[in-house]
Amino acid sequence: MAQMTFLEAIRETLRQELARDERVIIYGEDVGVRGGVFRVTEGLQADFGEARVIDSPLAEAAIVGTAIGAAVNGLRPIPEIQFADFIFPAINQIVQEAARMRYRSNNDFEVPIVIRAPFGGGVRGGLYHSQSVEAFFGHVPGLKVVIASTPYDAKGLLTQAIADPDPVLFLEHKGLYRSIKGEVPEERYLIPIGKADRKREGKDVSVIAYGLMANLALKAAETLAGEGISVEVIDLRSIRPFDKAAILESAKKTGKVLIVHEDNLTGGFGGEISAVISEEALFYLDAPIMRLTGPDVPAMGFSPPLEHAFMITADKIADAARNLAKF
Amino acid sequence: MPDSGLTPELMKEMYYTMALSRALDDRLWVLNRQGRAPTVYSSNGHEAAQVGSAFALNRGEDWIVPYYRDMALVLAWGMTPREVLLHFFAKAEDPNSGGRQMMAHWGSHRLHILSTGAVVATQDAHAAGLALASKMLKDGRVSVAYFGEGSTSQGEFHEALNFAAVHKLPVIFFNENNGYAISVPQRKQMVVQDISAHAESYGMPGISVDGNDPVKVYEVTKAAADRARRGEGPTLVEAKTYRFVPHSSDDDDRAYRTREEVQEHKQFDPVVMFEARLLADKVITEADKAEIMKKIKAVVDDATTYADKAPLPDADTLGLYVYGEDGK
Ligand SMILES: Cc1ncc(C[n+]2csc(CCOP(=O)(O)OP(=O)(O)O)c2C)c(N)n1
Ligand SMILES: [Mg+2]
Repeated sequence: MAQMTFLEAIRETLRQELARDERVIIYGEDVGVRGGVFRVTEGLQADFGEARVIDSPLAEAAIVGTAIGAAVNGLRPIPEIQFADFIFPAINQIVQEAARMRYRSNNDFEVPIVIRAPFGGGVRGGLYHSQSVEAFFGHVPGLKVVIASTPYDAKGLLTQAIADPDPVLFLEHKGLYRSIKGEVPEERYLIPIGKADRKREGKDVSVIAYGLMANLALKAAETLAGEGISVEVIDLRSIRPFDKAAILESAKKTGKVLIVHEDNLTGGFGGEISAVISEEALFYLDAPIMRLTGPDVPAMGFSPPLEHAFMITADKIADAARNLAKF
Repeated sequence: MPDSGLTPELMKEMYYTMALSRALDDRLWVLNRQGRAPTVYSSNGHEAAQVGSAFALNRGEDWIVPYYRDMALVLAWGMTPREVLLHFFAKAEDPNSGGRQMMAHWGSHRLHILSTGAVVATQDAHAAGLALASKMLKDGRVSVAYFGEGSTSQGEFHEALNFAAVHKLPVIFFNENNGYAISVPQRKQMVVQDISAHAESYGMPGISVDGNDPVKVYEVTKAAADRARRGEGPTLVEAKTYRFVPHSSDDDDRAYRTREEVQEHKQFDPVVMFEARLLADKVITEADKAEIMKKIKAVVDDATTYADKAPLPDADTLGLYVYGEDGK
């Protein structure tokens, strides 16, 4: 089995899908000759040609809007939004068109597209290259929102997203691209969307997270293990649909839940998780449900102290989980 | 103009479709005023633009992405009056949406009418995308987006034209310019006189045509479709026309245009003019006309009765088809 970075896992998945299905096309800003600003699609245009790996005009609504039409007429488009921060010109097409198409046509049409977008901070991206956008899209029935945390998961989830008959927003944390490596089987495999993965078993505190945060939670769990605190880490893998059963099972077991996301607090996805636990597992709890999230400021500051103050770290997670364990 | 293939038989069928649409439209307003359906969006006045363009294409095979104004278009494309009325009454059997959408949000996979929402100009990119697939899959289809002139103020209109031009896509952007976006006249919407003028910025041909003349519209659309099928890329067509009725049944157009203005435009009523022309050219006789009118009346009555009796959707279906696992 090959060791791959998170980024390589995504690239190799795209390559595998381009090779096995002629209907798959990739397009977005700079994805062709340049291989994308993060090099995710590097080499793909050389291998599959300009017709299938397309440098598109700088227009997000057109990128997603044309992907919708192309999907209806038989292709499997995988449009890329260069940074999640720039997805908003396309929100109309994503929410009003892609997500509602099946429903409004009473199942007559479907829109099998996968919109890939790098998101998240801690990479000196400042206000407009660091944003977490999942809460906006997690709110939308008809859309699926997937956020992988490991190279292995990235491949299985992206493959599933491409096979999925509905529009999927596949968010890739930039901080993971080159920072983690893992085993990725060469053969094609699918990981179902909507199933969480218990990345670490524990009994004192449940940490519920996704993407980069799941990785940081694992580090924190390691630290706390040395202090005799047993932390369970639930990696949601997708926030729409999200795995209610896995959340409830873990919450009932440990009785203490810490939800972690980099997206800001108010109206963030953590609120939804918290609500589900309080509705369905209240009497199993031994402490208030806690959230550790990005602060309620418009976006991440650029200067290192500002960025650091915004970002969640393994230490911050360990502190929050420790406090919860002591409660 | 080279021979466009517009035979007398086709012209007769065009006339039938235009007159049918007008009669159906009249019926919708009556039913609305009787309180039997809450909303009408009308193609009244736009029949020549819609039917003339449809007949120049492979109806039911090429893709159209209509907007709410396009009842005559979808009739020309193969939707039946019964289906229109089922949609109007929001019945379960409505093939456009199963009663989920307000009237005039057309869509039928079988007929290659892409489902439409209410947000103006989003459909322009969809047509470009359909055409992108046609180009790659070499299926020979042309896609056509239909839209009002007001919607060209949206960025997505311009993005779609540019995308289609860069990729030389087999798509036609078909504007129905009726001079108003609800109450806002064209002069407050834009400085240019002709929507077709935008084409130059995107390096594609732009053509304005008398949208009240179905033959001229047919010829222009045919040329654009031929060009698209030859792989030469998109065309922007502007059909200048007028709507004779308010924007919708919830609008009162007396607030923004005089009765004299409307009357003036009635001289160019596309249905009346085309009928007179076909009679003068002896494509139809007075007897044909009487027969056509009789048939239309029967079809409209049948559609009304059929749809009126059809069941409403079951409330239990509200949660269906959010995702594909639910049944497709
Ligand atoms: C994005 C958006 N904004 C506002 C509306 C409300 N609205 C519906 S139709 C319309 C006017 C459209 O005029 P035009 O494009 O000229 O088409 P016409 O109705 O005249 O055929 C408006 C403002 C809408 N549907 N979508
Ligand atoms: Mg108008």
